Amino acid sequence: MPMMDRRLVENFDWSIICVLIAIISIGLLSIYSALYLQIQVNPTRNLFVRQLMWLAVGFAVMFCTLLVDYQKLKVASFWIYLFSLLLLAVVLVVGKEVNGSKRWLEIAGFQFQPSEFMKAAIVIHLSNCFSSQEISTYPGLRRLLIPLFLVALPVLLILAEPDLGTAISVMALSMTIIFFMGIRWRYILTILLTIGPLLWPIWEHVLKPYQKRRILILLRPDLDPLGAGYHIRQSKIAIGSGMLWGKGFLQGTQNKLHFLPEKHTDFIFSVWAEEWGFIGCAVLLLLFATLIVLALRVARRSKDRYGSLLVVGMTGLVLWQGLINIGMVIGLLPVVGITLPFVSYGGSSLISLCFAIGLIENVSMRRYVFQSR
Amino acid sequence: MDTKRKKNETLHLVNWEIAEVTVFQRQYLLLMGMMLLILLIYLLRLWHLQVLQGAKYRYQSENNRIRLEDIPSPRGIIFDRNGTPLVENRPAYHLMLIREDVQDMGQTLRELARLCARAPEEFQNVIDANKQTPKFLPIRLLSDLDRDCLARVEAQRIRLPGVVIQLEPKREYITNGKAAHLIGYLSEITETELRSSTYQGYNLGEDIGKFGVESAFEKFLHGKRGGRQVEVDAVGRRMRLLDEVLPIPGRNIWLTVDMELQKIAESCMEGHVGAIVALDPNNGAILALANSPVFSQEKFIRGLSRDEWQTLSRDPNHPLLNRCIGAAYPPGSTYKPVVALAGLKEGVISLETSFGCPGYLQFGDRKYRCWRDHGHGSMEVERALMQSCDVFFYQTGLRLGVDRIAQYANYFGLGEKTGLGLHGEHPGLIPTSWWKRQAVGVPWQKGETLSIAIGQGFDLATPLQMALAYAAIANKGKLWQPYVVSRIEGNSSEEIDEIKGKLKRKIPIDARFFEIVQKGLLGVVEDDRGTAHGVRDKSILMAGKTGTAQVVRVADGANRKLVAKMAKEKDRDHAWFVGYAPANDPQIVVAALVEHGGHGSSVTAPLVQRVISAYLNSKPSLTSPPASQ
Repeated sequence: MPMMDRRLVENFDWSIICVLIAIISIGLLSIYSALYLQIQVNPTRNLFVRQLMWLAVGFAVMFCTLLVDYQKLKVASFWIYLFSLLLLAVVLVVGKEVNGSKRWLEIAGFQFQPSEFMKAAIVIHLSNCFSSQEISTYPGLRRLLIPLFLVALPVLLILAEPDLGTAISVMALSMTIIFFMGIRWRYILTILLTIGPLLWPIWEHVLKPYQKRRILILLRPDLDPLGAGYHIRQSKIAIGSGMLWGKGFLQGTQNKLHFLPEKHTDFIFSVWAEEWGFIGCAVLLLLFATLIVLALRVARRSKDRYGSLLVVGMTGLVLWQGLINIGMVIGLLPVVGITLPFVSYGGSSLISLCFAIGLIENVSMRRYVFQSR
Repeated sequence: MDTKRKKNETLHLVNWEIAEVTVFQRQYLLLMGMMLLILLIYLLRLWHLQVLQGAKYRYQSENNRIRLEDIPSPRGIIFDRNGTPLVENRPAYHLMLIREDVQDMGQTLRELARLCARAPEEFQNVIDANKQTPKFLPIRLLSDLDRDCLARVEAQRIRLPGVVIQLEPKREYITNGKAAHLIGYLSEITETELRSSTYQGYNLGEDIGKFGVESAFEKFLHGKRGGRQVEVDAVGRRMRLLDEVLPIPGRNIWLTVDMELQKIAESCMEGHVGAIVALDPNNGAILALANSPVFSQEKFIRGLSRDEWQTLSRDPNHPLLNRCIGAAYPPGSTYKPVVALAGLKEGVISLETSFGCPGYLQFGDRKYRCWRDHGHGSMEVERALMQSCDVFFYQTGLRLGVDRIAQYANYFGLGEKTGLGLHGEHPGLIPTSWWKRQAVGVPWQKGETLSIAIGQGFDLATPLQMALAYAAIANKGKLWQPYVVSRIEGNSSEEIDEIKGKLKRKIPIDARFFEIVQKGLLGVVEDDRGTAHGVRDKSILMAGKTGTAQVVRVADGANRKLVAKMAKEKDRDHAWFVGYAPANDPQIVVAALVEHGGHGSSVTAPLVQRVISAYLNSKPSLTSPPASQ
């Protein structure tokens, strides 16, 4: 029984869990604030209670993740990857279409996004690939071909849904793992120099006008005053009007305005910023930074490359989503649909994030275990 | 040995290579540094938004609200071929209320009720029904205000915060009830349609074409709605326009149909149930598409009540059915020219071949009767067409066989959709022996060939299909794909799509055979013994063919005329006539069908004659081919 081992419990990183609980509490406060008016009108669709249920499931998943030695994931890693890939293909065929994109699978009344599971799966499989003794640090281009292919496949499937936000996160966290293996500057230069000149003819001849427009709107939301531009304007008013101390819990007035279709998911940060001001925002940002630092400490202390890469990838999952989401809400980055980890409403994403934290703790617990298998 | 290898592996797992560790350490520092840099940038940005500019945004959030307003796009206009508008968009004004901005709800409702001469409870009910909608969204209290009410409300609006007048273009059918099946109507988009990919970008509450051209050309007519971001003050008055996306108006559409001719065709059908199709045999352009009974499109625009919908959908005459394209009938004797052409081309008959008609044909143990009980005597192909002798075509059909007849019928576009482009087209049916084995499960009986040779039995065709087949006879073998829209205007004068007739196929039958059949069809009207001699008009050289489609099979040996006379209305035969004129230079083909009309010669032939002469007399210029040349 691995859980009975004293050393395992000793090496459990409680500080990570504490920070996590703080972030999740902020999330629950914000979701409640964003939705309480809606819940009053329609009590049968109480997303706040549903989020609490998702949390319970998430913690259960986290606990289960602790039980099994992460080394054992190595064997299953390919199959986990393949299964997630299969789900991504299935969702394109039988997925539920919402707002013109197919992201959701429904099984027995239970809805989830396969792309969320792909995030964890790609980390597990890539770490496994790179932990092979045949690959040294600073791998050559030929060594990178297979991993890049493994990343490109799910990214293309997710882009076909289409779900640009998730595709970007999958790419970002894969790049983080490759970055940790060490990448030579000349590779980055070569890639930039070959792709750069290719983009122009694609832009000129391949893309249709409406596709070009969509990309332009991503970069400049003010081109779409009825959609993204409107959301960003409202978001900035919400955040700015919070001022230093915020308007107070449940006192946000921007809350009830028109950008509400996504206020409890993509724009949850502006709900928090309006009610808790700059101080609240700074606290949340510092909590995230602490979580990342603590997680990376686990990676550094890990007993092997595999564990280290696993933790780095899982940390990347939280890091990149957080950075992109906040950057977009405060008007620094283009608007792509990415949620704020542990704060935004959403079951699939919460479960894959809890799984990520579970794996990080798993590596942390087993850093001194010299048992033979 | 096995344990030793395991040990090795464990050692490998624990020990990092020294080089690796330094690489990883460097990456940690790099990543950490990058993260802290971004964190700093974000904090500075938040400082800028919340502290430096906070007061400005606080002011905006408290004193100003930014709203999105829709700007509906005007729907494209539909014109007839001469540029007469058939539909119009008139402005409709709706009384809207934004509850969030109302100061005293009871007072406001009472005031509005007084201005509009309604009961305040009526408005209260609307508000109660909309409890679920967010308070900042406008809800509609009253649709389509009349002029006086609009003026009264507009004058008092300053005193009534939260009251908004919404302008929306509304469809108006200038020729309401005329060409209703062709033009179609609009109605509000349903939830299912909203979710389908066909209607991407549509909003709840928008109107879409549900029938006829309005539906088939929806993507051109609809346009794209725009919107604006406006800043409103605390009582909901517009302060400033922040941004605007102009709507893209729908594109105007020109029909090939001549509305004057359409009206004449519809007046011909008054009191009958049936259809008239008129088209140009030189390009396949539809000139008239008349159905009877008709329905009122305005009723659909206004919104049908439950009762109205039920009476309409339960009417035994099916007023919503576009019979020209969506109903198929046995073509009866109008099918005979096709059989004649098949026989001539296949060489089973020639110009001189003659068959004797004693009034019936004995086949097996059954007597197949000719419509003329005492027979026609000796008949060749021209005279058989002229007098519509059944026995001649029984004989020809027997020599051809079912599958060869079907092959030629298919050349003429029978048994397949014409590709007109309107929804709800019936493909008709031309049986083959293979089809019968598949669909009915029994082999083809030779006796059935006799029935289909005179357009009875399984044969089914729509009035439009018959008109096209006769157009192909009139122009010696050109089968057109019919079309109703000749021009789709763009938003600028350069952007115009002109639509021209498309040749579907050149029928592989020699011109001399067509000439024989044409002579026969001319005789139907011109010859003293022709079945439609009664409608002869000296000024117009018309060719054509009568047809009588049996609804109830007449028992062997019974006297057909007697049966027909005694039959009840619903058992009476369908009456056909398909004709074209001028016979020497055909400009118009007209097919007419009257359900349970009795005989084609007495009922439908005069209708066709009226439509043709109206067209040729009103348009002397059109006796030479139209502008397309």
